[in-house]
Amino acid sequence: MSKQIKVALIGNPNTGKTSIFNSLTGLNQKTANYPGVTVEKKEGICKLDRGVKAHIYDLPGTYSLNASSMDENIVVELLLNKNHKDYPDLAIIVSDVENLKRNLVLFTQVKDLKIPTILAINMSDRMKYKGIELDLSYLENHLDTKIILTTNRTNRWTDKLKDLISNYNKLPSNKFMDPQLIDPEYFKNLQRTFPEQDLYKLWVVICQDVNFTSVDKNFLDGADFEIKSTAELKRLQQKETIKRYQLINNILKLGQKVDQSKAVGFGAAMDRILTHKIFGYVFFCLILLGMFQAIYEWATIPMNYIDSMFASITGWVKINFPSGAMTDLLADGIITGIGGIVIFVPQIAFLFMFISVLEESGYMSRVVFLMDRVMRPYGLSGKSIVPLISGTACAIPAIMATRNIENWKERLITILVTPFITCAARLPVYLILISLVIPNERFLGINAQGLTLMGLYLLGFFAAIFSAYILNKILEIKSKTFFVIEMPNYKLPLLRNVLFTVIEKTKSFVFEAGKIILSISILLWVLASNGFGDKFNNAENIVSNTLSENHEDYNNALSSYKLEHSILGNIGKSIEPIIKPLGYDWKIGIAIVTSFAAREVFVGTLATIYSVESDKEETIKERMSNEIREDGKPLFGLASGISLMIFYAFAMQCMSTLAVVKKETNSWKWPTLQLIIMTFIAYLAALIVYQLIS
Amino acid sequence: MHSIADLKKGEKAIIKDVSDNNIPIKLLEMGCLPGNEVEIIQLAPLLGPMYININGSHLAIRKETAKLIIIDKPINNE
Repeated sequence: MSKQIKVALIGNPNTGKTSIFNSLTGLNQKTANYPGVTVEKKEGICKLDRGVKAHIYDLPGTYSLNASSMDENIVVELLLNKNHKDYPDLAIIVSDVENLKRNLVLFTQVKDLKIPTILAINMSDRMKYKGIELDLSYLENHLDTKIILTTNRTNRWTDKLKDLISNYNKLPSNKFMDPQLIDPEYFKNLQRTFPEQDLYKLWVVICQDVNFTSVDKNFLDGADFEIKSTAELKRLQQKETIKRYQLINNILKLGQKVDQSKAVGFGAAMDRILTHKIFGYVFFCLILLGMFQAIYEWATIPMNYIDSMFASITGWVKINFPSGAMTDLLADGIITGIGGIVIFVPQIAFLFMFISVLEESGYMSRVVFLMDRVMRPYGLSGKSIVPLISGTACAIPAIMATRNIENWKERLITILVTPFITCAARLPVYLILISLVIPNERFLGINAQGLTLMGLYLLGFFAAIFSAYILNKILEIKSKTFFVIEMPNYKLPLLRNVLFTVIEKTKSFVFEAGKIILSISILLWVLASNGFGDKFNNAENIVSNTLSENHEDYNNALSSYKLEHSILGNIGKSIEPIIKPLGYDWKIGIAIVTSFAAREVFVGTLATIYSVESDKEETIKERMSNEIREDGKPLFGLASGISLMIFYAFAMQCMSTLAVVKKETNSWKWPTLQLIIMTFIAYLAALIVYQLIS
Repeated sequence: MHSIADLKKGEKAIIKDVSDNNIPIKLLEMGCLPGNEVEIIQLAPLLGPMYININGSHLAIRKETAKLIIIDKPINNE
C-alpha cells in the first residue's frame, strides 16, 4: 500500500484556507461531521507524484490554541493527540499577508507542538497594493519553516506546495519558543512535577476551557501540583501572547517592509458607506429585498421545468409499468414525493449562493456590526442575523452557524427561535395550500397568493423575534457577555468557492430529504394496504351491499373503505378527535404525523394516501380539491387551508432540526421544550384561526 | 482614566492597559495589547458596537468590552 501523508490545514478565519483546500483537492473532497459534534469535517485527497496521496484536512478557523468554541476545540484536540487517527504528519498554516503578525501567533503555537510546518502566505497578490515587501529567506530562517506565497486568483503555486508536502520529512520541527520564557518559576515547577511530559503541550492542556474540551485533564488532579486560579492562568496566557508578539515583531522588523504610502485600498471607502449609520441600513434592506426578489423570480423558470419533467416521468412510469399497487407506490408516492423536493433545488441553491456570496465578500460581518444594537433588546446578538437569514433556506445549517456567538444565552435563544423562520421545506406545503384556497386574484393591486406567501414569511420572522423577547425575559442564564467579530477585507467572491458550497449544501438537502421521503412512502403504503379485522378483510362484501359491483364508483368506494379500515386508517381515525377542531380530517392527520419527520413529506403523504384510494389520473392538487367533508363542503376550504398553513408556520415538524438542537445544546431539555412549546403554539393558533374563519 | 469607549469616530489612541479579567483572551490574541495603536473606524448608532482597527486587525466590539481597554489620551488628528 502506498504511503498516505496526512496534512492539516490550519489558519485564522478569513485567510482563504478553504480556497487553498479547494485548489489542492478539487472536487475530490467530502464533508462529514466529527463524531458526537456537528462540526463539519472537511477532508480531501490531493494526488502527489509517484502515486503518493495526501489526505488534506481543512480544520475550522481559529485564532490560537486556546479554544473558545467547539469549532476551535476540534483543532486543539487533534493537534494534542498523537494517537488520533488523523494526527497530521505536517501542518500547513495559512495566513493572510495583510495580517501576518497576528497570523504568526497561531503559527508559533503549532510549531511549539513540534509539528512540521509549512507557512502559506495567502493573498500574496495584494502585496503590491498594500506596499508590502517580504524577505522570504530571512523569514524562513528565523521562523524555521518553509514558506510558500499563495493566492486565490491563480493556481500556479500548487505544484510547489505539493512538492513541499511530498518532502515533508525534510521540514523542520523544532520549537519556536521556550515556554519558560512566559513565566520561569511557574514553568520550572510544572516541568519538575511532570518530568516526562512535553512542557508546552502540558500548558495547552491546562489552559483549555473545560466547557468545550474533552482533553484529558485528570492526570493533573493526583499530582502534587497546584493549578492556578482562572484569573492567574489568564494572566499567564496574556503573558504568553505578549511574548509571542514580541518575538514575531522582532522577526518582522527585518523580514517585512510595509510602505504605507504605496498602500491603496478602497476598503475604507466602502466601509464609510456600508457601515454608515443610515446608508448602511438602507443598503442592507436593498440587499435583502433583491435576494428574495431573485429567489422567487429567477427560480420559477427552472422550477417549472422540473415540475413538468417529474410529471412526465410519473406519466411514463404509469404507462410503461404494469398497473397495480406497486406502480402506484412508485409513481405517486416515491417519484411525486422526490419531485416535491427536487422542485425546490433552484430556490435552495439560490439561497445558499446568496449567503455564501455575502460571507465570502466580507459583507456579512458588516451586517453583524450594524444589527447588533437592533437585536440586543430581544436577547439576540448581531451574530444572530446570520442564522436568521440562513434559516430561510434550512434551519439545520442555520443552527450550526450560531457557533460563533460567544455569549451562551444569546446563542441558546438564537437556536431556539431559528426554527420559526420560514424554511425551504415549508414551501411545498404553503404553495399547494395557497393555490388551493387563496383565489388567484388581485388584492389592493397585489396578487393575493403572493401576498399570502409574504405574510407567512413575516409571520415566521415576527414569531422568532417575539419568542426571543419572551425567552430573554424568562431565561435566567448568567454568561459573560462578550462580542468580538473580525471585519475581514472586502473580497470579490471566488466563483469556485461559491459553487462548491452551493453544490455541497444542495446535494445534502436533496439526499437527506429523499431518504426520509422514500422510507416514509414505503411505510405508509404498507400500512395503508394492510389491516386487521372483519371490516378490512371483508371489505368487498360490505361495500357490495351498498353499491352494486358494476357501479362505476364501486372500485373507488372499495378502496376508500379499505383505506379507512387499514392500519393507517385506524391510526388516522384515532387522532381525528384531536385535530377535528382545527378543521382537519383523519387523512390530513396522517400527513401531519408523517411530516413530523420533515415538513415537505406532507404533500407526498397525501399523494400516497390518495393514490391508494383512487386509480384515476389526477394530480395531487386535483385530488385535494375534490376531497369533500361529510357535509358536502370541500375539505380544503379557506378556513381549514389557512389553519393548516398557520399550523405549519409554528409547528416544529422537523426531526433533523431537533437532532441538531440536541447536539448543539448538548441536552435533551431544549429540543424537548422546543417541540412541546412550538407544537402547542401551532395547535392553539390553528384552532383560533379555524374557529374564527369558519 | 480613559478607555476606548470614550473615543470618537476617526480618533486614535495608544493602548495602555488590558489587564481586566473580563477582557477575552481572543481580543488580546487579535493584537489588543499595551503599546498598540487603536483607531475608531465607525460607531454603530444608539451606543451600538464600535468598529476599530487595532494593529491592523479590523474588529467590532461592544461598548462594555471597549470600556475595559484603557488608553492614554486620544492622539489628536493633525
